[in-house]
Amino acid sequence: MPRAALPVMGHAPSAPSAGSTSSGRTIEIPVSGMHCAACTGRVRSALEQTPGVARAVVNLLTNSATVAFDEGAVTPEHLVERIRSTGYGAELPAPTRTAADEQARQDAARRDEYLDYRRKGAASFVIGAAMMFLPMNARVAWAQLAVTSVVMLWAGRHFYTRAWIAFRHHSADMNTLIAVGTLAAYLFSVTATAAPGIFTRAGLMPDLYFEAVVIIIALILVGNALEARAKGETAGAIRRLIGLQPKTARVLRDGRETDLPVDQVVQGDVLLVRPGERIPVDGEVVSGSSAVDESMLTGEPMPVEKKTGDRVVGGTINRTGAFRYRATTLGAASVLARIVRMMKEAQGTRAPMQRLADRISAVFVPAVLSIAVATFVIWYLVLGGPGLVRALVSAVAVLIIACPCAMGLAVPTAVMVATGKGADLGVLIKGGEALERAGTVTTVVLDKTGTVTAGAPAVTDVRRAPHATVDEPTMLRLLAALESSSEHPLAAAVVAHATSRGLSVPAAGSFEAFAGRGAIGVVEGRAVSAGNAALMAEWGMDVAPLGREADALAEQAKTVVYVGVDGRLAGLVAVADPLKPTSAEAVRRLGALGLEVVLLTGDQPRAADAVARAAGIGRAIAGVLPEGKRDEIARLQREGGIVAMVGDGINDAPALAQADVGIAIGTGSDIAIEAGDITLMRGDLRAAAHAIELSRATARTMRQNLFWAFAYNTIGIPLAAGALYPVLGLLLSPVVASAAMALSSVSVVTNSLRLRRFRPT
Amino acid sequence: MSLDKWLVLAAGVGAIAWLNWHFFRAVRRSGTASAAVSGMQEVLITVRGGYDPAEIHVRAGAPVRLVFDRQETSSCSEEVVLGDFGIRKFLPAHERTAVELTVPAKGRYAITCGMSMLHGTLVAE
Repeated sequence: MPRAALPVMGHAPSAPSAGSTSSGRTIEIPVSGMHCAACTGRVRSALEQTPGVARAVVNLLTNSATVAFDEGAVTPEHLVERIRSTGYGAELPAPTRTAADEQARQDAARRDEYLDYRRKGAASFVIGAAMMFLPMNARVAWAQLAVTSVVMLWAGRHFYTRAWIAFRHHSADMNTLIAVGTLAAYLFSVTATAAPGIFTRAGLMPDLYFEAVVIIIALILVGNALEARAKGETAGAIRRLIGLQPKTARVLRDGRETDLPVDQVVQGDVLLVRPGERIPVDGEVVSGSSAVDESMLTGEPMPVEKKTGDRVVGGTINRTGAFRYRATTLGAASVLARIVRMMKEAQGTRAPMQRLADRISAVFVPAVLSIAVATFVIWYLVLGGPGLVRALVSAVAVLIIACPCAMGLAVPTAVMVATGKGADLGVLIKGGEALERAGTVTTVVLDKTGTVTAGAPAVTDVRRAPHATVDEPTMLRLLAALESSSEHPLAAAVVAHATSRGLSVPAAGSFEAFAGRGAIGVVEGRAVSAGNAALMAEWGMDVAPLGREADALAEQAKTVVYVGVDGRLAGLVAVADPLKPTSAEAVRRLGALGLEVVLLTGDQPRAADAVARAAGIGRAIAGVLPEGKRDEIARLQREGGIVAMVGDGINDAPALAQADVGIAIGTGSDIAIEAGDITLMRGDLRAAAHAIELSRATARTMRQNLFWAFAYNTIGIPLAAGALYPVLGLLLSPVVASAAMALSSVSVVTNSLRLRRFRPT
Repeated sequence: MSLDKWLVLAAGVGAIAWLNWHFFRAVRRSGTASAAVSGMQEVLITVRGGYDPAEIHVRAGAPVRLVFDRQETSSCSEEVVLGDFGIRKFLPAHERTAVELTVPAKGRYAITCGMSMLHGTLVAE
């Protein structure tokens, strides 16, 4: 895999850039066993003396050699052999790791971890339980010491090694607490076993806590196993998306159908897809037609019709027909890969709520260690020598019950599950901050054209004039024939309407347009005119018989086109940019969430009011130029609103950026994924309501998690220290503390996983 | 108060003071990225119960390659997060993983593990 830049540690000739030879190729080979500059020098000179090698750069930091070579003279395998001959290890580079590989490795690591914890946890638990039922005498004490040592070294080993490593880095984590807690109990018990006299002379019982050490280790391991499994489940949505990518594609090459691995498909290849098959890569249909199920990406349950010229997206399922299409975007540029990448990035971001947890996590473990020391000292000062055991047990309980993991997991797991749930609903959320802010929105501003409305004019009404000489289908046919010669935007709507009603549109014999008024022409030997009332009057037709209907339609901001045939008024058609079928419901849902909904448009007030009324929007701001939309958002923000703006990602980009939350609305496969804080994968405005509802649910979950994590520690630690002993005589055993600690982080992750069951109302 | 109590009290106060010094005051190692001829700055960070060096100095505005060498299997360090840059990267155990980014402006940026328990700092200057 060629890299853009050649690193320099080691021996670098003066800045040649990789891949610049026209006839050659550049390869990066992982090299192992190098320790110093002399090593890199040996590898480099061996490579450079190989015929066919233009230059070589060896990097100690990345343990790799970047070699530019002539493919005709030397093979990558030969280069590897050459490096090995110098005594260092080398292998051919693995292909670039895809998101799928990375996820698979992560899953495998998680699974191994889970199985390891489970095995060790279960074994320790059985051993600990058996120890509790043994009679107590000196021989048994020594046996317990031996067994406990083995459990600590085998099952609990990583607690001690990791605690030690962290200690050397001047940092501390959960392992530190467990290691110090269990070691304290262990060393006390070892002393009591080996030299019980020390205790009896001081009037103390030489108590043993071996089984407690074993049970604590067992419970924490079981907790870790459950946590590892639950954490794995939070990545379910990414795993599902990655799983959508088919492995092979049926490609037409040299006139033959060949099944190829997807990564061998190149741009411009023509692919074949049969009914029921998954579409392998993004592309554009060149022949055939079908209905494609895009629900896995857009959340849209109805299959989408695809015909020649339409775009299809890799990972979606072809339902009904067979078609051929040309591959367009591949690999990392494909829609699916971009969605996966964006989700991974989203999950890497920090939600603002996390900051508090971060600040506490940073000082948490040293603080707990200090509290444990203080607990020991206070108990000892109160009870004196006879209180040594009580002091020790309480200090150990403090160490064991404290759980920094719950705080660390509280917010990220919620973000992880919520972004995944969003993807299931066809809503891509850019990160924790976007999620958190979207939950606080008070005002939702909707762009009109393309967001609330379909974005394309369409015929909404057809009226036949009283006493007309032609029937409605004939009128429409003749009108469409006339308009098919016109370039007016309304004309396309008329032609599309006639075609959709199955009418065959004849060719117009002659055609003449009158700017601002309409057009006339001859179709099948009949004189056809279409236009406003002025045009009709010019040609001697009175539109009064349709006057009342026309006024009513104009009141709804529809454009009325009168139609005349053979000099007599035949009827009218009304053209408008219709509401999307789901817009009114979406506005109702947004209102039900307590949000103020505002329509923002460049149209005239009458058109804006008509759309606002039809969609149920209370407030419309009309006549705003595209560049003025940003100022309007700013004005709403000054009024005190936390504003979400919903619009397309291209024209409305400045307004989306100005808003507290920018929601970009996608249309099928043309998705400006990176445009907003939140991207709706389909044109359905209801998804905006889903996104806000999901954000609120997520913020709630984060707050619950943080509250639980803080409350757990602020209640648990004093309890373990024995704060309630003077009042209630209540003391916590370290074993109970370990069970509580194991459950606390699992409960936080489990609470986050509840978001998977989120259903928009 | 008896002598043993005085001793325990003194030892306790000493232990708490030492803990705070060790975890908050003691000097941590820092490293500076070596700038390559190509303009790419590079630094190798060992991931083993923490980040070593824990403070990495880089030049603002130029591309940086952070190479994380994770020498353990502990899941605590399996992900590295540079939240300011929207980066969350899985680090396979016993492998080197490169993270490339450009720090646009001077400042201190946090490097943490997936759970914000391990801490490092990227200092752009």
